[in-house]
Amino acid sequence: MIDTTSLQRLQSVARPRTPSALSNALVFGWRAVLKFKHVPEQLFDLVMTPIMFTLLFTFVFGGALAGSPGEYLQFFLPGILVQTVVFNAVYSGMGLSTDLGKGLFDRFRSLPIWSLSPFAGLMVGDILRHLIAASIILTIGLILGYRPEAGIPGVLAAFAMLIAIGLGMGWVFIVLGLLIRTPTTVMTLGFTFLFPLVFASNIMVDPGTMPDWLRAFVEVNPVSLMTTALRGLMGGGATLSQVVLALIAPVALTAILAPTTLWLYLRR
Amino acid sequence: MGLAQSAISARGLVKTFGKLRAVDGINLDVPRGMIFAILGPNGAGKTTLMRMLATLSRPDAGSATVMGHDLVQAPHEVRAAIAMTGQFASLDEDLTGRENLVLLARLWGFRGRAAKARADDLLAAFGLSEAATKQVRDYSGGMRRRLDIAASLVVTPGVLFLDEPTTGLDPNARKDVWGMIRGLAEAGVTILLTTQYLEEADQLAARIAVIDHGRKIAEGTSRELKAATGSGFLHVALADVARLDEAATILERRLEHPVQRSAEGAELSVLARTAKTGNEALAELVAAGIELSDFSMGQPSLEEVFFALTGQPGLSESRKEGDKP
Repeated sequence: MIDTTSLQRLQSVARPRTPSALSNALVFGWRAVLKFKHVPEQLFDLVMTPIMFTLLFTFVFGGALAGSPGEYLQFFLPGILVQTVVFNAVYSGMGLSTDLGKGLFDRFRSLPIWSLSPFAGLMVGDILRHLIAASIILTIGLILGYRPEAGIPGVLAAFAMLIAIGLGMGWVFIVLGLLIRTPTTVMTLGFTFLFPLVFASNIMVDPGTMPDWLRAFVEVNPVSLMTTALRGLMGGGATLSQVVLALIAPVALTAILAPTTLWLYLRR
Repeated sequence: MGLAQSAISARGLVKTFGKLRAVDGINLDVPRGMIFAILGPNGAGKTTLMRMLATLSRPDAGSATVMGHDLVQAPHEVRAAIAMTGQFASLDEDLTGRENLVLLARLWGFRGRAAKARADDLLAAFGLSEAATKQVRDYSGGMRRRLDIAASLVVTPGVLFLDEPTTGLDPNARKDVWGMIRGLAEAGVTILLTTQYLEEADQLAARIAVIDHGRKIAEGTSRELKAATGSGFLHVALADVARLDEAATILERRLEHPVQRSAEGAELSVLARTAKTGNEALAELVAAGIELSDFSMGQPSLEEVFFALTGQPGLSESRKEGDKP
């Protein structure tokens, strides 16, 4: 089993020099990458729903909504990318809640490391998740006939915005993950909160035909603002004000919830 | 013992959760290189005390130093000097055993090849080389525990905290972990462990602190604790189980100490202090016509010590609920 000699040999190795905060953060990023290697099926969860949505709306509702499936896809695809990223953010909180429940974070917190570095790892995981999921959805869109009129620069700008949206929304679920012990509760709460935001938006349809009270909500819904900006970025013709409006929610969430996260984490 | 030689020195530590005083003013002195056990039932405050000493929870009052560093003033220095293996496996289930150790080695500052070499040495020392590339979710309970302890030795700590290291393990795995703990102590690591198993504290620890309801109710070597409650414990076994209550009443009145009943029924144990008082109590049982199938006087078990100290049966299933907050 274990003998004193091998232990003494373990002890004979000198302590390494204390690593930098950046190095700590990168190690947690590496952990996020390993997770993708070992649990590739998590991607399946992430992309299946948006793929079904894309197919359902394009072929079943598309003709009725926009005249033809092709025209509808052109309208719908940027929106489904926003929806994918917003729903994906929930996974961050679930992962965190799982880690906390297992006592893994107790180990991290008892180490002499930069105390926020585990969150840096979460962010790396989130960015990867958003990029992979968005790429898969975009690829399927391209196969079905979607054409981003703004070309590659437009797509790159759109992806940058998706990451900003994902990270901003991610804080909501990191906070929930810190507060709630059970990962499934985080998920249920997350979707309860996100469903009205995502469906009462301009992702699926133009709000022109909605009743006034609903349209009033849809027009100020941050998800609508994000979708409008993303359509502009990918289809061409995005204005600075559209982009700024879309970024208000992610920036505000980060400004409020990042310090909250720090406080909750250190207080635990 | 001077402060400089103490691995842990705590004064008046308090932690409250709402109205519950989970740790209610505990003093602790653990010399370097010792195995020290904190013994108590579930919910006694053991885990809370350990979490405070490992900087995971901030004390509401009191102070402590760990390896000479102040818990509140210098938490980072404390963390650099300790390692903690919690009650629940603090491992990443999705990663392999080796990746878990490489991750921690990198966090401690081992780079590239050195981190991998360190992980491999630890796996070899803990008999886990063959399972190195398996995901931790496929490990048995015993393997997990070994990996969890190995994870605490990436850098040799001054103090190793082990929270209920053998809870949930089968007897063989428990013996393995005991061997490991003894090996670490021989190699010079100070070990503070919590346990609700009296046998575990008796077997491993040079000193034991008994904790109940957030307070330290006794401390000493296993021998001292036994001696403190009197050397004489009277054990009687009744021929007729029906007269158990009657016998218990007589013993309680005669010896003025609470009587502990065996789980199986027909046996009673009670503190008798001296052989003379024990004899007198026996004589009274006989005079009352209660027939005994067996009796003995002897050193109390730690279980009886716990009972004598708290007035409640130690290690009882009935107190399993209401674990640490």
